[in-house]
Amino acid sequence: MKLTSLLASAAMVLGLATGAVAQDKTKVGFVYVGPVGDGGWTYEHNQGRLAVEAEFGDKVETVFVENVAEGPDSERVMTQMALNGADLIFTTSFGYMDPTINVAKKFPNVKFEHATGYKTAPNVSVYSARFYEGRAVQGTIAGRMTKSNIVGYIGSYPIPEVIRGINSAYIHAKKVNPDVQFKIVWAFTWFDPAKEADAAKVLIEQGADVILQHTDSTAPQAAAKNAGNVITFGQASDMGEYAPMPRVSSIIDNWAPYYIERTRAVMDGTWETVNTWNGIGQGMVGIGEISDAVPADVKAEALALKAAIASGEHHPFTGPLNKQDGSAWLAEGEVADDGTLAGMNFFVEGITGDIPQ
Amino acid sequence: MDLSAINPVLLIASLMVAATPLLLAAIGELVVERAGVLNLGVEGMMIVGAISGFAIAVETGSPWLGFLGAAVGGALLSLLFVILTQVALANQVASGLSLTLFGLGLSSLMGQRYVGVKPPQMPDIHIPGLSDLPVLGPILFSHDLMLYLGVGIIAAVWAVLKYTRAGLILRAVGENHDAAHALGYKVVRIRIAAILFGGACAGLGGAYISLIRVPQWTEGMTAGVGWIALALVVFASWKPWRVLLGAYLFGGVTVVQLNLQAAGVAIPVEYLAMSPYLVTILVLVILSADKSSAPASLGRIFHASH
Repeated sequence: MKLTSLLASAAMVLGLATGAVAQDKTKVGFVYVGPVGDGGWTYEHNQGRLAVEAEFGDKVETVFVENVAEGPDSERVMTQMALNGADLIFTTSFGYMDPTINVAKKFPNVKFEHATGYKTAPNVSVYSARFYEGRAVQGTIAGRMTKSNIVGYIGSYPIPEVIRGINSAYIHAKKVNPDVQFKIVWAFTWFDPAKEADAAKVLIEQGADVILQHTDSTAPQAAAKNAGNVITFGQASDMGEYAPMPRVSSIIDNWAPYYIERTRAVMDGTWETVNTWNGIGQGMVGIGEISDAVPADVKAEALALKAAIASGEHHPFTGPLNKQDGSAWLAEGEVADDGTLAGMNFFVEGITGDIPQ
Repeated sequence: MDLSAINPVLLIASLMVAATPLLLAAIGELVVERAGVLNLGVEGMMIVGAISGFAIAVETGSPWLGFLGAAVGGALLSLLFVILTQVALANQVASGLSLTLFGLGLSSLMGQRYVGVKPPQMPDIHIPGLSDLPVLGPILFSHDLMLYLGVGIIAAVWAVLKYTRAGLILRAVGENHDAAHALGYKVVRIRIAAILFGGACAGLGGAYISLIRVPQWTEGMTAGVGWIALALVVFASWKPWRVLLGAYLFGGVTVVQLNLQAAGVAIPVEYLAMSPYLVTILVLVILSADKSSAPASLGRIFHASH
């Protein structure tokens, strides 16, 4: 046998072997907007990825790319993942919405799951958590705890998810403290610790003694700690290293059950397009332990609200509610429908400031 | 709109803090570029400085040792750039870019154990009498010592470049390395010293973010300050005091726009968010309308045989 044909047959055997391995393993890809060490949003998605590995052992192979900019660059990363044989790809930031749809068109056999978006396709599902339910609990604690009656809010981008959170927190803070006022700063970034810290400092200088954040790093927590008498809430992750002060509670995203369920669906061949939006009741949104810095009665009130939301007894957007311009939105007892919530682009009555358009 | 909520004294005090990392990184890069070397690895050296400083401060409990470690860390990483560009004569742009990529990866590896750890505090100075002055006290006399050191480095670099023989030689190397070589100056050695200085300054700037401005360690926390520092050096026409002006302007407008947002000023937020970049570029472009230009040998590779 000639050397070339020997090499060729060896290559064929190898190719068959790797092909066989590839068939056994389900390859799951994750695209992250920040680093896995951000201590917040991306950290929790990565915990979900690790849970998938723990659940399926060597039947899955997971890959991830971190710090992927929203926009065209993410399209390149997703394409690369799909070309490398991924069967299922989770794209974990709002700004990956259109890139995900574009790449999904090119790879009809690869399943895509886009977090926090609203565009679906035959091979694209969307999933999100009802963070605003957690915001309602935060708002209650914030309204009770503030002495200056000024609550600072660090927004990332003016997208429905963030606006819902602001509205939900405001409605519930206002309910327990009619004098409460929200100061909102848009950071226009998901992750920039220095900028987030600056935003927190500015809000504190302007009198805020409660800081809510919708950005991914723990920098605002550090800024609040330095300022002293300011309380904060963990965002996306528990951020428990800042408990009991300044962090008095948190919203924790728990993606693991969903990631495991969807990976299993791909393995079984039962995967189909879904639009998942789960909250406290289903366990996708967790409320981190409320620390001792919160008085017992406030803690009890917050936990009661959490229980009421979990059981479906209380919806955070229940009328009577007006929009910011004073026009009627929800009548007495009326509950917001998911469609309006998913595309929410207005503040409720009482919040000052405009949403950047 | 409630402008009275903005306290101008606190605002100026916090803009100085916001500007310091940028200032430190930019003055280091200025010296490097005045020596005729273009090091695009500022971001990488900053982030490595940020974690080196953070780790050493946490382990020893001393922020000062932390800053020392940050300077050493930044300089060590720039040593890699030295080997690539001054010894192996590699392309400076490519080497600098790879330095940034390498630095970002290395720093997250080094920082694995330090996520969520709190660093020791660097106390603000308090001079009895001066620090208690109204207005001037909080603005001028109540910061951490690193902030003053940053301004001190600017002044020192300016004085050395303008008035000393060493500064003249450095500039000669940057303007025409062949002539400097013909005069008997050790071009490569001088450049190596400049690159190490630039690395140390970038490291200090990074550590200022991780130890004072934020203070914590998070992966990728410099978030592009190194790139802004690079641009700042160009817009400042390679002049130290303009670097200071540019850094304070940039830090200032950044803090002002956050303040305006929090106070609910009715300017669209997008304009506010881009204002730091616009204002800084505009002012420095107007200033640089004079004859000053880049060092003539900037980015060119030197070999004694050429």
